[in-house]
Amino acid sequence: MTGQTLYDKLWQSHVVSNRHDGSTLLYIDRHILHEVTSPQAFEGLRLAGRTPWRLDTNIATPDHNISTDPGERKAGVEGIPDETSRIQVKALDDNCNEFGIKEFKMNDMGQGIVHVMGPELGVTMPGMTVVCGDSHTATHGALGCLAHGIGTSEVEHVLASQCLVTKKMKNMRVTVNGKLGFGVTPKDVILAIIGKIGTAGGNGHAMEFAGDVFADMSVEGRMTVCNMAIEAGARVGLVAVDEKTIDYVKGRRYVPKGELFDTASSYWRSLVSDEGAQFDKEVFMSANEIAPQVSWGTSPEMVAEVSGRVPKMSSMMTPSERAGLRNALEYMGLEEGQRITSIMVDRVFIGSCTNSRIEDLRAAAEVVKGRKRAETVKQVLVVPGSQIVKSQAETEGLHSVFIDAGMEWREPGCSMCLAMNDDKLGVGEHCASTSNRNFEGRQGSGGRTHLMSPAMAAAAAITGRIVDVRTFCGNSR
Amino acid sequence: MMEPFTRHRGLVGPMDRANVDTDMIIPKQFLKSIKKTGFGLNLFDELRYLDQGHQALNLKERETNPDFPLNKERYIGSTILLTRENFGCGSSREHAPWALKDYGFRAIIAPSFADIFYNNCFKNGLLPIILNRDLVDQLFKQLYSEVGFSISIDLYIQKVFLDNGRNFAFKIDEFYKNCLLEGLDEIDVTLRNKEAITRYEIERRKLHPWIFGAIR
Repeated sequence: MTGQTLYDKLWQSHVVSNRHDGSTLLYIDRHILHEVTSPQAFEGLRLAGRTPWRLDTNIATPDHNISTDPGERKAGVEGIPDETSRIQVKALDDNCNEFGIKEFKMNDMGQGIVHVMGPELGVTMPGMTVVCGDSHTATHGALGCLAHGIGTSEVEHVLASQCLVTKKMKNMRVTVNGKLGFGVTPKDVILAIIGKIGTAGGNGHAMEFAGDVFADMSVEGRMTVCNMAIEAGARVGLVAVDEKTIDYVKGRRYVPKGELFDTASSYWRSLVSDEGAQFDKEVFMSANEIAPQVSWGTSPEMVAEVSGRVPKMSSMMTPSERAGLRNALEYMGLEEGQRITSIMVDRVFIGSCTNSRIEDLRAAAEVVKGRKRAETVKQVLVVPGSQIVKSQAETEGLHSVFIDAGMEWREPGCSMCLAMNDDKLGVGEHCASTSNRNFEGRQGSGGRTHLMSPAMAAAAAITGRIVDVRTFCGNSR
Repeated sequence: MMEPFTRHRGLVGPMDRANVDTDMIIPKQFLKSIKKTGFGLNLFDELRYLDQGHQALNLKERETNPDFPLNKERYIGSTILLTRENFGCGSSREHAPWALKDYGFRAIIAPSFADIFYNNCFKNGLLPIILNRDLVDQLFKQLYSEVGFSISIDLYIQKVFLDNGRNFAFKIDEFYKNCLLEGLDEIDVTLRNKEAITRYEIERRKLHPWIFGAIR
């Protein structure tokens, strides 16, 4: 018998029943809710007269549309100026109260972006199935759990039955061996992978990240990588459990202690792909082929090395590719063949479920320390991913580094990653952003997003244009 | 109860781009409703209107973009959307299929779809049909050359019929097909397995008790 993949193991241990039409009833261990994709699900429960199957496995927090402005946040839910946002946040509070679901409310210690909060509180643990009405739920796979985004109908389904009706995905493995060079971060690794395999490269697959690079990577770095598996088309990102995972999980709020922890960790250690396990699709890359990455277009696969250039029309093979490039160049206001480092930035966003954890803020602060925001840059938003990250950063004095440099230190939330609140770009503005999507209008109607790592975004904030953090850091202050 | 999909005949409309993402289908400033209806007005908002959309705008006062194909007279009232690779990539927001359905689309034809979007369609009576790239190319050619280009779809036998007699078979999982044909309330179906779920929980609690520590 051939070995099992990590995904096979996680899948198998959660099968309630296989149905004759080829679908599977899969048990869900953890369900995370937020204000934007849950109201219609709660409404559905009410209309059908149903109650949640298991209350104590759900956890909720508002993140998507809440203000990150410290003044507005102090005013509480009633003080949210935008009426529709206020209705959604209130609806989450009311629904959680009505059904008895634990919620970290807008200003509670514990609140944060769902995918920062989950791992940090030990809400998500290795070996679990984790779902949330948000595609970046793939993030939690960094802990060796089966985690993916679901739609609102499924949110309702999971609330009512603790199960999903689903089909097994195929197995895919992306192996990156070698050692990353100076200035090359987890964000660069995942952007390079997406650049190589495309935004549909992982469609239909659960994507496991394997090899030296991920073994050497911190657990937070693995979260950044798994977070963007969805940008490569894979609903699920995974990294095998190792001692780093166990150490990361240990002592967190909802993680068992003592003997139960020991029993759990010996099971968790088995959550790795067996030697000889078969993958339907394999991709291999070498660490030394990965340089700091920057997206220049309107899809996360439109990336280049920071030292590179925007592609030329002549390098596109098909009419569809040429049309795609033409659309992207027009939207982004760039010329074909233009140097990446010639792109000026108007705003900088450091945050999002991809890059708002403490290590991300430390990396950005390291670059910023003792320097000033470029005068041509209108705004630099630094948005910690959770109340706990914010508090930790303040203990380390990172907030002062940003504030002293002329940057804004905000309250936790999704913020300018998707611009559902007031944090957004103006028409035609270029943004160096640590978020995950550079779709047209994503960060504000007409806004132009350049995805990159926290260190690169910080460097762009200082110079006013996209710059190679490796050479930038070599310069004296 | 979801509207079932069995057979459908309708006018075809073009969305001639690859990688149409969920932000393009329904921009995030319109996700703030707590209902499932009304999103059709803002489908493809940034392409469809010339002004910058926000929720407070009165639609009658908005200027539509005459160059956006779906605004053209010949495509008004289309119920089948023809598009390119990887349609629906990005967010898990079900607002995307809600918006397409609310606008009036019943089926979408593309060479490929993003996973979560594809899955979400079936919960909302929307049929995503995968045809190979060459066929989609041919359909686009015919769509552009023939005003009023309409096609018929029969989900029972999984075929798309053109008026010139040509027809193409498409594949679909039995599970998804049944969802649409019967318009089933999936939660009802699942809850028929109540005992199996409970049994699973009891076994699992013995095996992995730490999973059942309560969130409080």
